[in-house]
Amino acid sequence: MWLWFHKLSSPPYAYRIAGMLRPWLLWPALLLMAVAAYGGLVLSPPDYQQKDAFRIIYVHVPSASLSLMVYVAMAIAAAVGVIWRIKLAHAFAAACAPMGAWFTVLTLATGSIYGKPMWGTWWEWDPRLTSELIQLFLYLGYMALRSSFDETQRADRASAILAIVGVVNVPIVKYSVVWWNSLHQGPSISKLDSPSIDSSMLWPLLLMMLAFVLYFAAVMCDRIRTEILKRERNASWLIENVTES
Amino acid sequence: MLDVSDLHLWRGDRHLLKGVSFSLRAGELLQIVGPNGVGKTSLLRCIAGLLPVESGDIRWCNKLLASSRDAFHQQLAYLAHVNALKTDLTALENLHYAVSLRRKITTQETREMLTRLQVAECSDLPVRAMSAGQKRRVAIARILLTQAKLWVLDEPITNLDVAGIQLFERCMAEHLDGGGLVVTAAHQLLLQGRDNVRTLELH
Amino acid sequence: MPGLLQLAMLVVGRDLKLALRHWDQAIQPLIFFVVVTTLFPLAISPELAELRRISAGVVWVAAMLASLLALESLFRTDVEDGTMEQWTLAGQPLSLMLLSKTITHWLLAGLPIVLMSPIVGTALGMPQSAWGALAGSLALGTGCLSVLGAIGTALTVAVRRGNVLLALLVLPLEMPVLIFGARAVDLSMHGEPVAGPLNLLAAMLLLFLSLGPFAMASAMRISVEN
Repeated sequence: MWLWFHKLSSPPYAYRIAGMLRPWLLWPALLLMAVAAYGGLVLSPPDYQQKDAFRIIYVHVPSASLSLMVYVAMAIAAAVGVIWRIKLAHAFAAACAPMGAWFTVLTLATGSIYGKPMWGTWWEWDPRLTSELIQLFLYLGYMALRSSFDETQRADRASAILAIVGVVNVPIVKYSVVWWNSLHQGPSISKLDSPSIDSSMLWPLLLMMLAFVLYFAAVMCDRIRTEILKRERNASWLIENVTES
Repeated sequence: MLDVSDLHLWRGDRHLLKGVSFSLRAGELLQIVGPNGVGKTSLLRCIAGLLPVESGDIRWCNKLLASSRDAFHQQLAYLAHVNALKTDLTALENLHYAVSLRRKITTQETREMLTRLQVAECSDLPVRAMSAGQKRRVAIARILLTQAKLWVLDEPITNLDVAGIQLFERCMAEHLDGGGLVVTAAHQLLLQGRDNVRTLELH
Repeated sequence: MPGLLQLAMLVVGRDLKLALRHWDQAIQPLIFFVVVTTLFPLAISPELAELRRISAGVVWVAAMLASLLALESLFRTDVEDGTMEQWTLAGQPLSLMLLSKTITHWLLAGLPIVLMSPIVGTALGMPQSAWGALAGSLALGTGCLSVLGAIGTALTVAVRRGNVLLALLVLPLEMPVLIFGARAVDLSMHGEPVAGPLNLLAAMLLLFLSLGPFAMASAMRISVEN
């Protein structure tokens, strides 16, 4: 197992594996998304209070979860890169960041679209939206720091420190935002949580979550191949590979 | 005591150091020569432990730099292009704060060193009121006062006049005689005609 | 070889001496703090009753911005004149040295803000009963802001014109501090207990003080490479 992991940290091997895995991840992801969408949009009944508008949670909740998971994965990869000096881990963290940022934007956009028919405003400072906004700032800061260094190696190590500091702060941010909100509304749940999850609503949600994760993994295969190309462009194995094909 | 083997360094896309190797023993001086931009400063910074090394080894007393960094640094004195002096503090104050990080030092000792380097008049002058040559001499005073074994000096004689260069060469010779090691990069070769002086050319 | 306490005292002594030689620069963050709080009555209303409702938030945001501006003087000069590089080569715990610098910086930039805050708060209609919560929350909060700011500064000090980048990195991390601090003052103004948020601020400060210096030192070593 360790041997495989060690092998995985070599760029040429990872490059091949990522290329091979991609179709195995992408098609199931799209298939699951289609099934989950059908289940969510067609099969499950409209909510008593919110009618059809609530269906947006099928996109909103998975993308919110993913925006957080990707940040944690990014921070873990960055830490691995710094502690064990594995360059590929840094490449992974660099590739993750824009995807995580897009998930955050998707969460905010779907939250806003949900809000308009429900509360009459395009924006509300509820716990989830506020912490997603702060999460977006954390992503943008990470990407901005990365791009401000010319040397990839330095950018990797500096942004790793930021990612680790950020991930330690994420629970603090979430807790503080929930507390901040609760002072005004009393002990209420986030407005964007469904009031009661019926089983007919639950399975499309879980399936959509899985679909999003697979989709993320599929896109990451591509992105990490691009990162490897960028970083190893002078390496001999790559030049051989390209000139062969 | 200082062993560098097969050092490679890339700066962006440029392969700057291509397999640099050398060994330095007590009492030896190594002068790194080469045209501008070839990587002399980068090599010195790698040896000092400022620049991380991707491939190759640097060992001090047979221990890898990466694993015994603090112990190595306690025996190192590094002089960069910049003098590392606070412009608002006097020469005495600067030296006090810099050298106290390494060892206990008295004002008496500091004054004597400044006199030796012929900048006694600058002792109580803020650094911003000194000339470039005087600042460099104060920076050299710091190197001497830390009593470090290995000197890594990047163009140490910048801004020094002829008398200053000779004075500096005498200080270096004393240090080498006492078993110290020196690695420098300078456009002018120092201590020529002396035993145990080598050059390393970068290209 | 100096011991840890001697090392800290050396750093603190040096920085205090340097700051006193330029005390006109040292008080600028404080002046900025007062100027920013003056903006709000001008922008909103001279009615103390209206200002009272937002006074806690205004004082806190002004303190955050002033602390951000003050960070400019924390590491930049040392990095530019080469003294920071020498610190990384001193064979001493860089984390302790940078923590000592941060603490000195807080004494010069953060503490005056804490002491000035009751005056500024009163000018915005804050009742005297809230002074305790205001000064207390700001004392703990500006400490947190200093440590987080120092980590951000260490990361960006080698970046050209990195001031705005610094703000982008540090402000999101500081948002929880703002939430707990400003709310504590608000709760106090409504006569409610403030122990909750103040304890959270204290816990955060302890967390940042214990882990922050290591992040600062790692970041600084990366920044002085060039």
